[in-house]
Amino acid sequence: MTDLVELAGRAVAQAVASSGGDAEAYTSETEDREVRVHGGEVESLTVATRRGLGLRVWIDGRVGYGFGTDLSAQGLEAIALRAVEAARVADGDEFARPPGTAAEVPAVTGLSDPSRAEWSPARIAKLALEVERSALGADSRVAGVEQAVYFDSAERVAISSSAGNGGEYETSSCYAYLQALAEGETGRETGLGFDLARGPAGLDPTSVGREGAARATEMIGSTKPESRSCPVLLDPTVAASFVGLLGGALGADVVQRGRSPLAERLGEEVAGEAFVLHDDGLEPNGFASAPIDAEGTPRRRTALIEAGRLQTFLYDSYTAQRGGAASTGNAGRSGYRSPPGVSASNLIVSPGSASLEQLLQEVGEGVFINDVAGLHSGVNPVSGVFSVGASGRAIRGGALAEPLREFTIASDLVSMLRAVRATGSEPRWVPFGGSVSAPPLLIGEMMVSGS
Amino acid sequence: MSHGVEPLEPAIAERVLARALAHGGEFAELFAERRGGLTLAIDESRIESVQSGAEEGAGVRVLSGGTTYFAHVDGLGQADLERAADEAAAALRGDRAEPRPLQAVASIPLPIEQRPEDIPAVRKADLLRELDERARSAGGEIAQVTASYGEARREVSVANSDGLFSSDNRTRVRIGAQAVARRDDRVETGAETLGAHRGFELFDDDPVSIAASASRKALTLLDAGPAPTGSMPVVVAGGFGGVLFHEMTGHGLEADHVQKGASVYAGKLGELVAQPLLTAYDDGRLPGEWGSDAIDDEGAATQKTRVIEDGRLVSFLYDRQSAARDRVASTGNGRRESFRHLPIPRMTNTYIAPGEGEPEAIISEVKKGFYAVSFAGGQVDPATGDFVFGVNEGYLIEGGEVTRPCRGATLVGNCLQALAAIDAVGNDFWMKTGMCGKGGQKVPVGTGQGHVRIASMTVGGTEA
Repeated sequence: MTDLVELAGRAVAQAVASSGGDAEAYTSETEDREVRVHGGEVESLTVATRRGLGLRVWIDGRVGYGFGTDLSAQGLEAIALRAVEAARVADGDEFARPPGTAAEVPAVTGLSDPSRAEWSPARIAKLALEVERSALGADSRVAGVEQAVYFDSAERVAISSSAGNGGEYETSSCYAYLQALAEGETGRETGLGFDLARGPAGLDPTSVGREGAARATEMIGSTKPESRSCPVLLDPTVAASFVGLLGGALGADVVQRGRSPLAERLGEEVAGEAFVLHDDGLEPNGFASAPIDAEGTPRRRTALIEAGRLQTFLYDSYTAQRGGAASTGNAGRSGYRSPPGVSASNLIVSPGSASLEQLLQEVGEGVFINDVAGLHSGVNPVSGVFSVGASGRAIRGGALAEPLREFTIASDLVSMLRAVRATGSEPRWVPFGGSVSAPPLLIGEMMVSGS
Repeated sequence: MSHGVEPLEPAIAERVLARALAHGGEFAELFAERRGGLTLAIDESRIESVQSGAEEGAGVRVLSGGTTYFAHVDGLGQADLERAADEAAAALRGDRAEPRPLQAVASIPLPIEQRPEDIPAVRKADLLRELDERARSAGGEIAQVTASYGEARREVSVANSDGLFSSDNRTRVRIGAQAVARRDDRVETGAETLGAHRGFELFDDDPVSIAASASRKALTLLDAGPAPTGSMPVVVAGGFGGVLFHEMTGHGLEADHVQKGASVYAGKLGELVAQPLLTAYDDGRLPGEWGSDAIDDEGAATQKTRVIEDGRLVSFLYDRQSAARDRVASTGNGRRESFRHLPIPRMTNTYIAPGEGEPEAIISEVKKGFYAVSFAGGQVDPATGDFVFGVNEGYLIEGGEVTRPCRGATLVGNCLQALAAIDAVGNDFWMKTGMCGKGGQKVPVGTGQGHVRIASMTVGGTEA
């Protein structure tokens, strides 16, 4: 195994020597496996290894970034050269400097499941086939499965900086999902089922298949709802998608640049009291958890919305410098190819006390949303105004009624949060658009556009 | 990044392919790639986020009995390639198969006049400063401007056990501008991009006009009222308006979806799916276009494929594997984001061919309707055909005239119905660039059309 800390240290030394500035290296080594099955057969089995290094340099307030996959002495030299040349093109920024040394790095356990390595390709293929089989067996109206997928990953990360901070950690993750197809008289419906865990032993393949089958079959015979303004109940996957968007709007980078609907609302009432939100980079069940963030600052738990009020924004070291605040350990990056930027770690919406049945009763007459589409094209991230495609069920007399599709829901992020009347008691981890744990959310009123 | 040397030597490729078939398999392929690029941005009138990188690696796949065994590694050393071959073959248990000797197929990469890596980085920074100034010059209500520049180069080689050996060298450049306009509590954004499979010569002809366009869109939206709600005729403008066709029809024509029964177009080959006024193509050879390449990522020459002829569905889009299943030839649509991905059927440049309608008449024939000029993006479920599009520039049509701008509109519908409802195709035509996501892979695609009218479609608005 490569000594990643030593490698990162060499890259930093190389960059400091050639630029006279500061430098920080992030290096990672990843092993991935993926199985795709279709029609009872293994469609593909992928085994992959990835390693690379990204180097951020600061030269008199100018920041540059270089990355590469060639980690030989010559390769590191080329990466350093690219980063230094990049910095020379950038304009100076008075707040740009490497993060200071961390006081204490917390210990986080349970981020890695060693059992992953013990599961052979044949065994994970069997798991993926079981996911598909359980969807097909769950309901006679399930006509097929578009694809069932198993994926796992183990990653080692090391960070080193000329300013002294850094560290290393290992994580593993795995998930399974499928898209089930149900055939009804009025046409075809699809339904997603998924599960996630640190290792394959933590997955429940049967529940993934059953969920996909249930979501597809319940949509059979769906119609368009009438356009109206009414109470709306979001299922945890939909709630999580919106919370992911909210996490983006809470980043100090977009706030400082005036591109967030939450800018200048610190301390204000931005949500119904039932909506309590934390960012928690240390929660063992959260896939974004690690002892340190993407620039070596300790991860931590941060209250974002409590008692309906906005408590703080999310900071990395740059936005903290600029905003006269402390980093909340929210530097993130999508691997060695990208420099760190502000991002939420695990966003956790506190569960309430109401069961799904109680929430439906509270709604009385309204719409249950179990899927949204076009979240990235239908949302204005600056104003928070959105209009997105949706599907779900009517709620009549406090219970789920006929399926609905081909309609849109529209509001803006803050109005929606303020309209949260209750949260359900059963949260779920959802990996779409970040790592989010959310219960069902009851929104008092929202515009539904159908026919 | 080294220049002019193909990422793969045939002699080494032959050895790696033999190793990949050491435990059997009907087909083996080695895809090697060097990729590099530079991106920079301007924000708050300051050049930042300057990033430069280079990566190299390879992917090996072995097909055996309907299963694809795939492994990819970083690095192009012989040991790296052999490790990928061994890992791909590891789960196979058959007898050794022999690859055919490699025969190089000549392909001519798309011409690049000014290699972006030969242009000093300060000129790219200056281009961003010009975009920033031009966008801000649109007026005091423009509160913020961001712009970005990106250049990317991919040198790829494909070798397979059928004896194919082919290489390509691809350079793309793209700029984008985004403006935020503010009036009291109203905040609106506008964006525009310009990109091509070309070199820095793309920027010879007033590239900065995209910044003016981004500002104009944002300012227009400040005056926008709520969008209408309900079913009505919708006129879609050309260029990026073509993303509607891309999403609602193009994806359903990709043969992998069709063969899994996960496309609403399955079983409809030869049938009328649109009115006879509609003909459409996928063309991976359009000179300089964003979605063009000399070869696809399986080494097949790219081509112009007619998919709809006078309203009749005439072809799907195939990669090697889906073509073999249907016993037809690949249409050169086997694409992959990088050596870290398996090739799958993907669109290249997909467009509705110009028709006979006058754009003015297409609008003036509408009593009450919606005019969608550009989309923020869209999404479709190929299996059900349900789609949704966010409109970022849209107007009301009243009494045959485009009246006021609307914000927050969404178009929702079903592919088969919406395609059949196209009752006018304009004689104007232009193309736009996009990044298309499928199966976790993003590839550059072109979309295009002139003005197109859909007789009836659901507009999900913000009007109560």
